[in-house]
Amino acid sequence: MIDKRVASLAEAVAGIADGATILCGGFGAVGTPDDLFEALLDQGVREIEIVSNNAGTGRRGLAALIAARRVRRVVCSYPRTSDPVVFEEEYRAGRIELELVPQGTLSERMRCAAAGLGGFWSPVAVGTRLAEGKELRTINGRDYVLELPLKGDVALIRADRGDRWGNLTYRKSARNFNPVMAMAAELTVVQLREIVELGVLDPENVATPGIFVDRMVVVGGPS
Amino acid sequence: MTPLSRRQIAWRAAQDVTDGSYVNLGIGIPTLVADYVPIGREIVFHSENGILGLGPAPAPGEEDPDLINAGKGLVTLVPGGAYFTHSDAFLMIRGGHLDLALLGGFEVSEAGDLANWTTDDPAMSPGVGGAMDLASGAKAVRVLMQHNTAQGGPRLRRHCRYPLTAPGAVSRVYTDLAVLDVTESGFLVREIVAGLDLAGLQERTEAELAAAADLGVLRVPDLSP
Repeated sequence: MIDKRVASLAEAVAGIADGATILCGGFGAVGTPDDLFEALLDQGVREIEIVSNNAGTGRRGLAALIAARRVRRVVCSYPRTSDPVVFEEEYRAGRIELELVPQGTLSERMRCAAAGLGGFWSPVAVGTRLAEGKELRTINGRDYVLELPLKGDVALIRADRGDRWGNLTYRKSARNFNPVMAMAAELTVVQLREIVELGVLDPENVATPGIFVDRMVVVGGPS
Repeated sequence: MTPLSRRQIAWRAAQDVTDGSYVNLGIGIPTLVADYVPIGREIVFHSENGILGLGPAPAPGEEDPDLINAGKGLVTLVPGGAYFTHSDAFLMIRGGHLDLALLGGFEVSEAGDLANWTTDDPAMSPGVGGAMDLASGAKAVRVLMQHNTAQGGPRLRRHCRYPLTAPGAVSRVYTDLAVLDVTESGFLVREIVAGLDLAGLQERTEAELAAAADLGVLRVPDLSP
């Protein structure tokens, strides 16, 4: 029998090791697995590398992990989302490393890892500072830079509804990075609003098939 | 001579958005363009976080915390709209599926180079977001910005001083003083606000300007709230 549910947030993040690369779903405050971030804080993991579009809002969730100095490095497109107080403090003090990646390159590097590919040639960032040091190639008259796959040891994602096989649906713009991150990690952990019986989700609407999911914890929340 | 307000710059850019086009609006002045699309034109607005058919801000009581735009503001979805993943949102951008990106800018060069992602201000961490993807991927890139800096310095330059977002990307610029096209021989002025001539505009511009054969007056309605 397949049942990917775990009983608690603590169980959901058990075994995540120091130094892990953790893909964190969400865009701004939407679709972010804040309860899993809080659980990670309690779990005690250190020296982690965070891959996320933004670097935390206010002092909760991802920002709480950064404030507790558990994060060594952040890979993101735009650290300064609304109220990025904690990241800014740590960055200015030189206590956190930042790798800036164009937003579409970030998602495509993860998709590439998920798909078992060795990299891709992108026109984005050619001729800019963010292409410095990268391999260049001209293909059919256009210049491209080589972008390498980005794989997570862990993905922490947030979904709306799921079944015990790990099939997931999302709500509106809370889908964002969650499906691509769910595919691109060794261990994918889901913060879920509602669990439903097998067969309840319309197979036409499943956005993340269960093959990509390892653990799910139901935390509830508004629909 | 009266420079255009931010809303008037947006109004002017909106007049050039053609019926049936798929358009991404950048943060800042470009976001205002959605308010001024001429009646009768059906435009589909794209948002980088996985939305086609972006609608206006919700009425009080209609807010949905799971429905935001690139600027993280609450929005709505129009009938016919769709949700998708970030991967697909940027496939649309990078793959040339968007007809138009209207973006803000710090500087545009006479070669159409765009600088709009960082001023290297040491007080802030840098952020690029989707700026480079949009500038290099959309079929057409037009920039909406003030003609000069707050200190009166030029933003239309021979070469950008700030780090580039994308080289050779911009085809048209809307400022508070003029509408200019980027051509193979540099900036071509299409329209200038009443009370300012080409020489006056040139004084406020570092790059060399040429006047279009049909150079006209930049006329906009009074949009004061």
